[in-house]
Amino acid sequence: MRGLQWFNALSAGATPVSGLPNSLKVADGVLGDQPVRFIAVVTDPHNRFPRARNGEVGLLEGWGLAKAVDEVIEAGDKRPLIAIVDVPSQAYGRREEALGIHQALAAAADSYARARLAGHPVIALLVGKAMSGAFLAHGYQANRLIALRDPGVMVHAMGKASAARVTLRSIEELEALAASVPPMAYDIDSFASLGLLWETLTVSQIEQPTTDDLARVSDCLVQAIKDVQAGGVDLSGRLGAANRAASAHVRQLLREQW
Amino acid sequence: METLSFEFPAGQPAKGRALVGCVGSGDLEVLLEPGTAGTLTIQVQTSVNGAQQRWQHLFERIFQEQTPPALNIDIHDFGATPGVVRLRLEQGFEEIAHD
Amino acid sequence: MTDLLNKHSFVELGARQRAKALLDEGSFRELIDPFQRVMSPWLSRQGVVPQADDGVVIAKGAIAGLPVVIAAIEGNFQGGSLGEVGGAKIAGALELAAEDNRNGIPTCAVLLLETGGVRLQEANLGLAAIADIHAAIVDLRQYQPVIGVVAGSVGCFGGMSIAAGLCSYLLVTREARLGLNGPQVIEQEAGLEEYDSRDRPFIWSLTGGEQRFASGLADRYVADDVAQIQQQVTELLQQGLPTIQRSRQAEHYLQRLAVLDAEPQIDPATVRDLYQGERS
Repeated sequence: MRGLQWFNALSAGATPVSGLPNSLKVADGVLGDQPVRFIAVVTDPHNRFPRARNGEVGLLEGWGLAKAVDEVIEAGDKRPLIAIVDVPSQAYGRREEALGIHQALAAAADSYARARLAGHPVIALLVGKAMSGAFLAHGYQANRLIALRDPGVMVHAMGKASAARVTLRSIEELEALAASVPPMAYDIDSFASLGLLWETLTVSQIEQPTTDDLARVSDCLVQAIKDVQAGGVDLSGRLGAANRAASAHVRQLLREQW
Repeated sequence: METLSFEFPAGQPAKGRALVGCVGSGDLEVLLEPGTAGTLTIQVQTSVNGAQQRWQHLFERIFQEQTPPALNIDIHDFGATPGVVRLRLEQGFEEIAHD
Repeated sequence: MTDLLNKHSFVELGARQRAKALLDEGSFRELIDPFQRVMSPWLSRQGVVPQADDGVVIAKGAIAGLPVVIAAIEGNFQGGSLGEVGGAKIAGALELAAEDNRNGIPTCAVLLLETGGVRLQEANLGLAAIADIHAAIVDLRQYQPVIGVVAGSVGCFGGMSIAAGLCSYLLVTREARLGLNGPQVIEQEAGLEEYDSRDRPFIWSLTGGEQRFASGLADRYVADDVAQIQQQVTELLQQGLPTIQRSRQAEHYLQRLAVLDAEPQIDPATVRDLYQGERS
């Protein structure tokens, strides 16, 4: 529900955008003094696809996100996009695989990436879980990632229980390992050490943002938009952390040998 | 996982280098590169612990048959049987000979 | 049976051999080759044996004279999973190919995808690398085709199935599987009733290459044969950019999904009819 709370708080007074799946909340509003589009994926207990009723990113959500972003690109302005991220996972189900959920998520990633390349500042605000394929479709193509500092804010490739099963470890073993291997950790500070976040923010009530919380986050979003407008459209700002040194080293070697 | 080192007498340095195999289940990757005259060094990184003696004996048997060229060999092993190790080494030596 | 004797399996080849097999004779040049030993900084410390190329081969060369960079994933190493180094190799190569195009050099890309997606031992760095790969495909695709090949036997899953969905063209064989989530994970998350990961015919009927092609989610369906795959890749490269990119058809797919009765559990024929019925 955090995603919805933050969407409602940030988009107060904004115009809701219709014609999209009910699991998407999209509104055109103002941030600072410029028009922006807010986008969130939320729970929908009546979702036609039963495996996507708890805020998962599924077929309708993937294609729907693409549509919501494409509309902004087609408008031809450079309006910023604010992706509010609280996505527990992609949808796991037979209908999803059969109908090509990978293609739906590709459409979302495609649109966000094209918006970024077209000069729309794309900012992702992480207020809850940002898991795996769901995050790849909704947020990870942003120019800037901002995370709220809270134990419930989490970026990861796989939930703990599944990851333990797949790697043949107990959850305790996994946690012990994660404590010494930053990319495996589940906490937001370890994630921050990878250099992927532009900013982390502390708020007083993450579940129900106060006026102060809202002001602080809005201000940070405005700063992020300005930062993008002053810089480039690529993701190079994510390279540079010591814990991601190999990513930069590999690129340097490729360039030398190209 | 364990890292092991071995050294054996060898002939003249090999000319070329070679890569054979893959770090897949029951397989290994072998990188062979020219070494210093008279010496063959082998570094083994293996997923199977406590097998130092078995590697030693296997290498001794292989190099007994014929003095190898001087090489630095790197092995990344993912639980290969002695038969597979021998096969990969022979493939590697053959590729170097053809270079 | 005579056919069998004339065919050379592509699926049986390793990543490096696959790249060589597709490139014009003598044009293969590997970047960050295995002797440079740019290996995963994360596996050894977790007691996992690394591979010298981290399971990814980047090769420059030519196909029918066209400048190409190939990224080939070795499915036999850690299930083709992408860690920091392997992921950065693919993303970095695609980024440089896009830069080439901005400098007037028409480099295109071929991705040989055999992968389970993120390597869990490098979790968040694998995921970040895959986001970079997505970004780079969308960038390069503005200038030149990016061709994805899923030959088998690992298939293409996780975040890299999204990468496959971003490609200008996708080529599959009967041995290929393409899906977001691996069968075991779906069974764990949703139950046996929803997805029986041991029922191979069931899995293939939904996510296999033939079904993906018949549903319009892949562009070419080819036999597991080096010459035929080589020929099809060449044709696609020569075709240039597609008139319509599959991942840019939100309206179309939303409209198709809107008319689906999602209540009953789904079968392969329903998917084909839903997505392809109107094509004829």
